Amino acid sequence: MMEVVLIKLVLAGIVFFAALNLAGFHTWVERKQSALIQDRIGANRAHIFGFRMLGMFHGMADVLKMFTKEDLVPEGADRTLHALAPFFSVFFALVTFAAIPFGDRLILGDLVIELQVAKIDAALLYIFAMLSLGVYGVILAGFASRNNFAILGGLRATAQMISYEIALGIAIVGVIMVYGTMDLAELVRAQGQTIGGWIPLWGIVTQPVAFIVFVTAALAETKRLPFDLPEGESEIVGYFVEYSGMKFGMFYLTDFLETIVVASLSTTLFFGGWQVPYLMPDGFHFPWGGELPVPHLVYVLLGVASFSIKGLLFCFVFMQLRWTLPRFRYDQLMSLGWKGLFPIAVVNIVVTAVVLAFLGEAS
Amino acid sequence: MAVKVVRRPELTFWEKLYIPQILCGLKITFTHFFRNLFLHIAHHLGRFKHLPASATIQYPEELRPLMSRFRSRHRLTLREDDTPRCVGCMLCETVCPAKCITIVPAEHPDPSVEKYPVRFDIDLGVCVYCGYCVEVCPEDAIRMDTGILDLAAYSREAMQLDIHELKDPKLRKPINDCSLKFPHQCRLADGRMKGRWEGIEGARTRSGSPSLST
Repeated sequence: MMEVVLIKLVLAGIVFFAALNLAGFHTWVERKQSALIQDRIGANRAHIFGFRMLGMFHGMADVLKMFTKEDLVPEGADRTLHALAPFFSVFFALVTFAAIPFGDRLILGDLVIELQVAKIDAALLYIFAMLSLGVYGVILAGFASRNNFAILGGLRATAQMISYEIALGIAIVGVIMVYGTMDLAELVRAQGQTIGGWIPLWGIVTQPVAFIVFVTAALAETKRLPFDLPEGESEIVGYFVEYSGMKFGMFYLTDFLETIVVASLSTTLFFGGWQVPYLMPDGFHFPWGGELPVPHLVYVLLGVASFSIKGLLFCFVFMQLRWTLPRFRYDQLMSLGWKGLFPIAVVNIVVTAVVLAFLGEAS
Repeated sequence: MAVKVVRRPELTFWEKLYIPQILCGLKITFTHFFRNLFLHIAHHLGRFKHLPASATIQYPEELRPLMSRFRSRHRLTLREDDTPRCVGCMLCETVCPAKCITIVPAEHPDPSVEKYPVRFDIDLGVCVYCGYCVEVCPEDAIRMDTGILDLAAYSREAMQLDIHELKDPKLRKPINDCSLKFPHQCRLADGRMKGRWEGIEGARTRSGSPSLST
């Protein structure tokens, strides 16, 4: 029993370490990537003993600044809720990672370790529940600030997140139908099959439409640029106008954490999670006939590396999208969600059901 | 009244699909991203230096090239003997729209020169950088070609330049020792006159033949 708890603690530690550091790293990536896109250099002044590390210390400097800044609570605001809101935000973004499998099960002697912090049968439902609860952080922040603009911002954010959650959830149904499971670990395992030995049966192959709907809706969930109406860095008064110091920093962190959540979810659902093409538990089986046996530990590590690389690639693409697309108008946002993504997702389910029924009859 | 009908461009079906257009946008940003990434790495390896990877100028270390006619901080041009070419005609002080120039003229030992400034102050906090003083000067004695743009100071007093700084643009406040030899009213000596004409080349002509010094 003690063993299990220890293993889970270590896994949770690893996931938290990776997620939080990646979120911190994202601030640097955001600056540098945008700089490269816009023919600039980006932040490069902060240094420790003359080492500038391409401006990587700016993230640390920012955190230091935020911790030492004055924490202002507006007069007449609900102090408790005002303090709680950023914690809600970060908490629900962080717990989502618990259900995401980042590797195949690791077998050490007679110890079987699932590389997933919490093995939940309905992991997908859990993740969507947690993502939805993230709305509370936003609406509470707006509500507790005692600022009309903040409340409006919070309402905008809530309306947007709830609208896109529907498209998000329905897009996933197609994936669940194809693979027949809500357990993410099983879902990833099911994506290990291949079509005719050549094409891996990843979600992107079986559900390309769902993938596009999912990524669009998920980007809207993260409240980042094409859909950043709730906050709008410099132009729009968002739900966290009345926040300063590290409380504001936590909302900022939530943004990056949610991006990482969405990146790892897209990887898990549509890009085979920790699957490496043609890699079976006993080694590579190439469709052109070659075989390359691989030891178990290497197999698991390859899986973890594959998951990380795919996740990071998604983060990179999301960042690129953020610096490419202009912001939607609010009515465009709503009509895209309700008149665009939602019907497409529903049609996708119907088509998937019909195709599955025919395939079921055929076999 | 002529009516101009503005036709809003209709989006084609291809454009209404969003996704192809998003890919077009991504193509642009990715091109910039990878081109600049490649160039930054190549610059570190000493290659492709002629292709800029960014439009940034790292300001305090690196200055933007200035146009030759750019008006920057003033300087007083000098004769060969290190005295200002200024003849104290007061034209610049008169023409100055901001009234930021203060000149106190005195008699020059050379009769062909007549006058020289014992004081020549410019208050940069008041100056509007119009360049009229340069235009009006008959002796080409004042120019605005130092290329000095970083004129920040903590006090209004520090923005006031006197003849020391105008003569030598490299000087920075605080100035503690006065190196000027010819007589001038010195701020370092509470506005009293300091210096003598002895040993200065141009001053010798007073008793000798008049000569135009360049």
